Amino acid sequence: MSTIVYVNTNKGNVNKASLEAVSYAAQMGGEVIAVQFGDADSSELGNYGADKVVKVALNEFQPDQISKTLQKAADENGADTFVLSHDFSGKAIAPILSAQADAGLVSGAVALPSGDGTIKKAVFSGKAFAHMKINTPKRVISVLPNSIEKKEVGKSAAESSMDAVAASASLTVKEQKMESTDLPLTEGEKVVSAGRGLKGPENWGMIEELAKELGAATACSRPVSDMDWRPHHEHVGQTGVAIRPNLYIAVGISGAIQHLAGVNQSKVIVVINNDPEAPFFKSADYGIVGDAFEVVPKLLEKAKEMSFND
Amino acid sequence: MNILVCISKVPDTTSKIAFSDNNTKFDTNGVQFIVNPYDEWYALVRALEIKEAQGGKVTVINVGLADNDPTIRKALAIGADDAVRVNVDPQDALSTAKQIAAHAKEGGYDMILCGKETIDYNGSQLGGMIAALMDQPYISYASKLDMNGNTATIERDIQGGKEVIEVATPFVLSAAKGMAEARIPNMRGIMAARTKPLNVIEPIEASNATEIVSFELPPAKGDCKYIDAENPGELLELLRSEAKVL
Repeated sequence: MSTIVYVNTNKGNVNKASLEAVSYAAQMGGEVIAVQFGDADSSELGNYGADKVVKVALNEFQPDQISKTLQKAADENGADTFVLSHDFSGKAIAPILSAQADAGLVSGAVALPSGDGTIKKAVFSGKAFAHMKINTPKRVISVLPNSIEKKEVGKSAAESSMDAVAASASLTVKEQKMESTDLPLTEGEKVVSAGRGLKGPENWGMIEELAKELGAATACSRPVSDMDWRPHHEHVGQTGVAIRPNLYIAVGISGAIQHLAGVNQSKVIVVINNDPEAPFFKSADYGIVGDAFEVVPKLLEKAKEMSFND
Repeated sequence: MNILVCISKVPDTTSKIAFSDNNTKFDTNGVQFIVNPYDEWYALVRALEIKEAQGGKVTVINVGLADNDPTIRKALAIGADDAVRVNVDPQDALSTAKQIAAHAKEGGYDMILCGKETIDYNGSQLGGMIAALMDQPYISYASKLDMNGNTATIERDIQGGKEVIEVATPFVLSAAKGMAEARIPNMRGIMAARTKPLNVIEPIEASNATEIVSFELPPAKGDCKYIDAENPGELLELLRSEAKVL
């Protein structure tokens, strides 16, 4: 069995989610061919289990072209499985691949295929899981970011390159607005998030400081992004982004069901709220009932003392 | 513009999720069904706005059995001109996409819109599959769509930011937050929806590429451990020593 992994790069680096996809494929067994789009140091790909790295000099995000190039790599290597991250790139490419290869797609896998070949994924916005079976000879699996433990195996992969396949369904890219943050929210293993309880955008300094001290990304609730207190890409919840960090700290967020839909798969949830009746406490692992303006500065002081960010 | 909007019938956001038949079937007992919010709020409403500005027609399409008709009528009440229902119970995204593409190839649509994902199976699959089957460009997670003649200017989410792209019709797009504001159907719309055409067509032959073998509910959450607000530093100690996440 051979597996093609889609590897995506940003600012000259391989995305962390792509490394997870490579490790997922390696843990499935068989030969792993990582097809990397865009120029970046690819040495980590072998470390996480790639046997071969194929570099494609295509920097624009052209889903049809990327999909057809992945198919060609699969044909050349006799691969029958495609693995991608279920991030924005994977969400665009996986369904195209699936239809072009007539291969069943399981998107947002949270575990390796089990003994009977079924793959577990979250459904009903994180309120349940489904075990899915793929009926076609070829298969496509997209892996939910931060759900698979990636394993270092210390291989060094053989490198080669290939040309991108020409595609009919292309787009003209006019402008890119990349986020300035070093730690994209969807890749953050720790996230500090705040809501309306903070009363105004001028009070976010302490949230940003705490996040920095913990090595965490920052996020916010929907009302906060709707009122433009914080940028829209920070909005987590049903209509915003769904995240699955190891640690989610929610400050001044009541925990409406729509917010929970975006964060309920976090491994540990901490809720800080001055209202003991806030529904979020029901989903929390740890809670502090108290005024954010008193609690957060004390947390910050303690975090500095414990110096997590070394 | 002749626009096709794909709508899915899903359980309401606040539904209690339970399973029957040894965890193999979603238990619909007491569940209220709605049009998938992203299909409705973003895709359908933006399609209507484009039609209102430029003229044309908005058709909604659903793959499902007759019990989906009330949900389809809701999309008609919001303002779609007519509806198509492919008469088969959808089990899998790829076969559903094949049903929709089979109709769309005959329909001569300028664009096909759907929501970024459904809130039941959270697949984010349908739009890309239709695009590939039609050999048309696919723009996923679009938060803005403006038409200038046959050229669309679209803002889409990509990994690490946003991108503005241009594409000529026909294309397929999945819609995310920012595209449009939700509309509530008015009485006139609801009355008109009763007599708008809802055409039932028979499915093509398409086998299921995937199937759900079983469901599982997450383990019940343990009790929340409270930490004294006077001594919040203890939280960080616990996150390090007990939860091991710091």
